[in-house]
Amino acid sequence: MESKSILAVLKKNVMLIVLVLVFVLFVILTHGGFFSANTFTDLVQNNAYVFILGTGMLMCMLTGGNIDLSCGSTVCMFGALGAFFMSTNKGTLELPIHVLDLGVPLSILMMLAIGFAYGSLLGFLIAYVRIPPWIATLTFFLAFRGLGTALLNWANSDTKSIAYLPESFLQIFYKGVLFPTEGFNWPCLVIGLLAAGAVVFLLFFSRKKRIEKGYSVEPMYMTYLKAGLGAAGIILLMSQLAMDKGLPAPLLWVVGIILIYYFITSKTTIGRHFYVVGSNMEAARLSGVNTRRIMFLAYLNMAILTTLATMINMARFQTAMSNAGLNYEMDAIAACVVGGVSASGGAGTIIGMVIGATLIGVINLGMIAVKLDQHFQYIVKGFVLLAAVVFDILSKKKQK
Amino acid sequence: MGKILLEMRNITKTFPGVKALDNVNLQVEEGEIHALVGENGAGKSTLMNVLSGIYPHGTYEGEIVYDGEVCKFSKIKDSERKGIVIIHQELALVPEMTIGENMFLGNEQGHKFAINWNKTYAEADKYLKMVGLTESSKEQIKTIGTGKQQLVEIAKALAKKARLLILDEPTSSLNEEDSRALLDLMLSFKKQGMTMIIITHKLNEVSYVADKITVIRDGATIETIDNHGTEPVSEERIIKGMVGREITNRFPKRTHVVPGDVKMAVRHWTVRHPLYPERKVVDDVSVYVRAGEVIGIYGLMGAGRTELAMSIFGQSYGVGFSGELELDGKPIRMRKSVADAIKHKIAYVTEDRKGNGLILSKSITVNTTLANLGAVSSHTVIDGDKEFAAAEKYRGKLQIKTPSVEQLVGNLSGGNQQKVLLAKWMFAEPDILLLDEPTRGIDVGAKYEIYCIINDLAAAGKSIVMISSELPEVLNMSDRVYVMNEGKIIDEVKASEASQESIMAAIIRSGRGA
Repeated sequence: MESKSILAVLKKNVMLIVLVLVFVLFVILTHGGFFSANTFTDLVQNNAYVFILGTGMLMCMLTGGNIDLSCGSTVCMFGALGAFFMSTNKGTLELPIHVLDLGVPLSILMMLAIGFAYGSLLGFLIAYVRIPPWIATLTFFLAFRGLGTALLNWANSDTKSIAYLPESFLQIFYKGVLFPTEGFNWPCLVIGLLAAGAVVFLLFFSRKKRIEKGYSVEPMYMTYLKAGLGAAGIILLMSQLAMDKGLPAPLLWVVGIILIYYFITSKTTIGRHFYVVGSNMEAARLSGVNTRRIMFLAYLNMAILTTLATMINMARFQTAMSNAGLNYEMDAIAACVVGGVSASGGAGTIIGMVIGATLIGVINLGMIAVKLDQHFQYIVKGFVLLAAVVFDILSKKKQK
Repeated sequence: MGKILLEMRNITKTFPGVKALDNVNLQVEEGEIHALVGENGAGKSTLMNVLSGIYPHGTYEGEIVYDGEVCKFSKIKDSERKGIVIIHQELALVPEMTIGENMFLGNEQGHKFAINWNKTYAEADKYLKMVGLTESSKEQIKTIGTGKQQLVEIAKALAKKARLLILDEPTSSLNEEDSRALLDLMLSFKKQGMTMIIITHKLNEVSYVADKITVIRDGATIETIDNHGTEPVSEERIIKGMVGREITNRFPKRTHVVPGDVKMAVRHWTVRHPLYPERKVVDDVSVYVRAGEVIGIYGLMGAGRTELAMSIFGQSYGVGFSGELELDGKPIRMRKSVADAIKHKIAYVTEDRKGNGLILSKSITVNTTLANLGAVSSHTVIDGDKEFAAAEKYRGKLQIKTPSVEQLVGNLSGGNQQKVLLAKWMFAEPDILLLDEPTRGIDVGAKYEIYCIINDLAAAGKSIVMISSELPEVLNMSDRVYVMNEGKIIDEVKASEASQESIMAAIIRSGRGA
């Protein structure tokens, strides 16, 4: 019995194991070079968009396997708009650059307002006009790439991009570090230790509570395993970050988003409604769930998270370009699918998505580290996705 | 005694942890209709899956002897080649395709890379005639009714040169008229020498068509009853074998409480079809129900009963509504919203528990609280303890058989699923329950338990509207019965004064008048 349950545990956490294996593989391929503080900083700074868009995509997919193809193009379009609002570089008399220089707070507010408006429009089209989501978002996938490029071409006919974003904006969304220090960043390690301690405490505390209340609990070694792995992962990440610069701003954004959505999906009525709408829309409707509102909210939410991802992306490149956000939608979808989110809706967790997004991030970075060509990178990502889905289907078959 | 066509000897089939079949024996004579009865989960379908090769040879123990030789089927095609054809309970037809295309799906006529359409449709028409259908085989499946679709399934089986036809609950979605026609068709096939096995829950059908009845209980053959005597085998006799005890009364007696005031009244209620608004699906219907009263709405399938109930339930069906709805004597203007109906303490317990009632991939807990999530949460945050306690409470109250309320609803038997569905709506604390076919497709024992729950609800002062196409159920459970036909209420009778004959007569009269 024991060996069987261990097998079941392995099966359930296979993506976590794959993640570790892939990481080790890259470390070996780079003769240890991949295991560096730099990699960890990169992972959380340059792949923050996968986590944020992945969260939004998760909410869409929960409602019935619906996806948003437009988010990558939206990153380009909103980035161009945002740079147009806030850039301080007006060019020269001979070569004028059309920018507004509105200041950071107003620019952020306007971007959020536009994100809200776009999300409302998309949600309205999908939930109330009932355009199939992939068609509705495909139109914006095309239109926004074109619009963004046109805006950039018009604003700066020379470089066809807008640079010189205000320093404070860059600090908030990318460059900033929590508690900066010279040399080794002690505050970062302390926060890591505290977080690891909190995870261990919460795991054992909730287990104890469940036993007291007479609920079913997982075997004790599972709790030890989870606590051990969770704490080790957090301490590893944070100590490596501490060796580099410290806690970077994108990580704070990502952790904030993940915590909020973990709470929404697992503890609130609205989160429950997302799951039931995706599992059986008709049963949900006949139970008094406003199914159209849920669909609307999924896409409104996606647009707002996309706006946030846009800001981080702008700050990362310090420039708005016409190829910004290229294929981001695919990374977000891949993160969800690899993370075990059901392609037909109703099942999937934030934690799974985080593991999926980390795997995508590690693959992204690792392939750059081993200097794989761009086209090979696509091939590898494609097969990872296929393997994830095939594995998912096979493991479900076995259960029956 | 005739020649034995099929013999299944000592069939044992184990799934991980469960013995689904335990030394089952079945003998079917050539040219007879053999009924297989048993409660849900007794192992009837498993046995037929073993026979047809869905569970291939080697995954079970025992022997199948068919037409004198031992058979080792490894896939469905193997058994079909021998002439063993199953018609499953859920119709396997593609709505967008024509009748002819459907009949030869996977068995296409003509060459490998070119379908011979003339031959396909000519053959299809031939078999359609054999089952008494006059439709052209070029019509789309979706344009004909369920009853005729069932006949197409049979024609499809005939086209496979069936010698042994297995019908799994063929009448479960048919009305009485279509059911009778189907059973008569079976009898005429029998005259032509066809051998058939029928699996059904409807015991009156069993005694009508079957030559022999084999009862299966808990994965074992209990007995085989001969139905050739002068008296047909009584339903009570079969039930005794199925449940292992005598059920003297299939309907629990209600300590008759005097119904209270009129709780809900519907007047001149008219609802139109969402796709064809010129069609009135519910036509000028007026009904009322008192507190603590059970009213039955009886009618054939397609009479507009479900549509009436759903349109009252927050206009969840139909368009172009007119009429008045009164609750406690006050007119209510209800918006087109299920949430609004729940707020007015109305519950609609659907006839289609798997389709639009339950979420099979979620736990009992999630399903129980779904319609009233607010009761176990504060400020939209769900209280896990409260939710668990609520699910536990109803598991105990309705005696839902499950190891834990964390169990997925999809893993439960039909009867227990129906109880979860009831639990969900009882948890929403309604005053009026619209129960649509509350005992469809569940076994005798579970039915009895559901009836007890309905009686308890009525005794607690709830108003019950029970829609059913089983006349004995309607007559024994309700105080008053409305008879519905073609969207209209054609009769209202006290259940104590009505008989099955008088109600059927009323329906036939109204059909003639129209």
